[in-house]
Amino acid sequence: MSRDFAPSVLTANDLFEGDVVYFTATGDWSRQHTDALLFTDQQEAAEALAAAQAQPERFVGPYLALAHSGLNGPEPAHFREAFRARGPSNYRHGKQPMGMC
Amino acid sequence: MYTYSEFDHDFLKTRNAQFRAQVERRISGALTEDEFKPLRLMNGLYLQLHAYMLRVAIPYGTLNSAQMRQLADISERWDKGYGHFTTRQNIQFNWPRLRDVPDMLDALAEVGMHAIQTSGNCVRNVTADHFAGASADEIADPRPVAELLRQWSTDHPEFQFLPRKFKIAITGSPNDRAVTRAHDIGLRMVRQGDAQGFEVIVGGGLGRTPVIGKVISDFVPEQDLLPYIEAILSTYNSFGRRDNKYKARIKIMVNELGLDEVRARVDRRFATLRAEWSGADRAILRDLRESFAPPAFRTAPTEGYDVAYRHDPVFRSFADTNLAAHRHPDYAIVTISLKAHGATPGDATAEQMRLMADLAAQYGHDELRISHEQNVILPHVHKSDLPHIHAALQSAGLATANIGLISDIIACPGMDYCALATARSIPVAQEIAQAFRARELDIGAMKIKISGCINACGHHHVGHIGILGLDRAGVENYQITLGGDGTETAALGERAGPGFAYDQIVPAIDRLICAYLDLRVDAQESFIAAFRRLGPKPFKDALYQTGGRADAA
Ligand code: HEM
Ligand code: SF4
Repeated sequence: MSRDFAPSVLTANDLFEGDVVYFTATGDWSRQHTDALLFTDQQEAAEALAAAQAQPERFVGPYLALAHSGLNGPEPAHFREAFRARGPSNYRHGKQPMGMC
Repeated sequence: MYTYSEFDHDFLKTRNAQFRAQVERRISGALTEDEFKPLRLMNGLYLQLHAYMLRVAIPYGTLNSAQMRQLADISERWDKGYGHFTTRQNIQFNWPRLRDVPDMLDALAEVGMHAIQTSGNCVRNVTADHFAGASADEIADPRPVAELLRQWSTDHPEFQFLPRKFKIAITGSPNDRAVTRAHDIGLRMVRQGDAQGFEVIVGGGLGRTPVIGKVISDFVPEQDLLPYIEAILSTYNSFGRRDNKYKARIKIMVNELGLDEVRARVDRRFATLRAEWSGADRAILRDLRESFAPPAFRTAPTEGYDVAYRHDPVFRSFADTNLAAHRHPDYAIVTISLKAHGATPGDATAEQMRLMADLAAQYGHDELRISHEQNVILPHVHKSDLPHIHAALQSAGLATANIGLISDIIACPGMDYCALATARSIPVAQEIAQAFRARELDIGAMKIKISGCINACGHHHVGHIGILGLDRAGVENYQITLGGDGTETAALGERAGPGFAYDQIVPAIDRLICAYLDLRVDAQESFIAAFRRLGPKPFKDALYQTGGRADAA
């Protein structure tokens, strides 16, 4: 692991639905944070980010978000990412029905 | 109400067809997001935290039942069955899919609605007193002028790329329900003798640098209004800062140049424009006045109302809090609360929108309004119809009798939806409404306003109690301001001190309210009156519990 790189997941918004998606270990994209691949290597993360940026017909605004490993997979390190992963507080209209809350 | 002309309809049709093609090109990959983003924003389409968001303009908050029904249908067909009414008298749909947005815009166009200029550095939706044309305290209906401003500013070639977004609000009443002093331009209708004119306020605004607007002219005669406003916008367009987006608002220009210098430049520009002005707007305004003529008010007995008021305490409490005085003595203005305790401020379901549309059609001369306080208004209701209306509202969970009380909170979407937010607003509003439910009549008039970041979409600076959500080292933190006021006695709230953690904000508000209940002279003295009499100290002491310690020391 590079010295000044903190573990991160690669996330974006899906172009069609606008909802939050995560890059997974199989090279695919999932709607659940726990499925995300936790990058610990800066080079690998940068390459995956560049690949996502090269697919504007699928994703909007890909970026690396800090995360740490949890019992069921990566967990968001900041509350903003936690809300992105879970959906809004007032209705179960986001990812809550997927068991993320 | 103003109805769209053929020209308006054709304009929307062409515009929507253009956008449909742009969406297709985005989906095929022919347009990148960088290329597409300005195009989608020009059509009111944002990308938020969990989904796209479509912001639809409701000019000066006025709509008819067909438009409200169409909003309901759109929310069901392409969204999740509800809409969010905002402080700018717009509606936002929180969950559209990119592909569906052109269809949504076409559906809006069918009823003369659109999302144009709901984003971008242009003149945004002109807002107005939500009681316009109905209120007993009004000098004149401001909506014909608001509509004139809308027609003049829509697609105005010179003002599509201003230094920053530009907001105009207008009131025809001395009691300011349009927050005119917190807008880039605020207009207050005034009379001098027989002449109708405007007090023009400039450079107000909330956000990062909150400012109460200043009077640039205390009387602009009606025939000069458009050239005068054009002179202000053109001066701002030339001299407003473009180097720093946080300093680009007209309030910063007024602050940096000084009001007198701005006035001198505007006057110079006005002299040129006035001489060139054709005056065609005069005829348009005359026609608009006709289309906004008051409905034919009905003469009928009002005993039904009096009987219900005497015998039904639930109805009485609704009447006491949610009705306002109409210009016609047999009529009332009904404010329908979108703030049921524990609900999301400003949200209405499709079913609720339809019920409100039905009530407007049946009892309300087909008119509805959206208030900047995120409620819906039936502006013209005969008093004898109020018991039926109340019963119908009850059946749809819309009869909450809390207008102007502590649970009638303005809250922006905050971190639950907004990509710019630094903390959540909605659950804070929900918890406060629940916590004070039993005591709210005793607490009396109270404006709590909550924003999820410094942009202040929730108007927190002008709340009696303002709450601003921030990110402090990765946790939500809430700063409190006290003593703000958005009316004709406008004032900015003062920051009380350090912020509170999420789970400490309701207890902090509770201490503040208890202090007020202790300190007020009697039940007639409102929170804001007590605050003005006593100053911030006792309230800050209560918030930070320093009063007791100071005594003991
Ligand atoms: C997509 C969601 C939104 C975005 C991106 C957004 C963005 C912003 C920004 C950047 C500002 C500060 C502008 C400045 O001072 O230069 C602002 C101010 C404001 N917005 Fe929003 N906003 C959003 C939603 C809302 C909502 C939902 C409301 C109403 C509930 C609202 C009403 C306002 C108001 C009243 C201001 C006041 C400050 C002023 O212009 O002086 N906005 N918004
Ligand atoms: S105040 Fe901030 S969080 Fe709230 S809607 Fe405006 S930009 Fe979003």
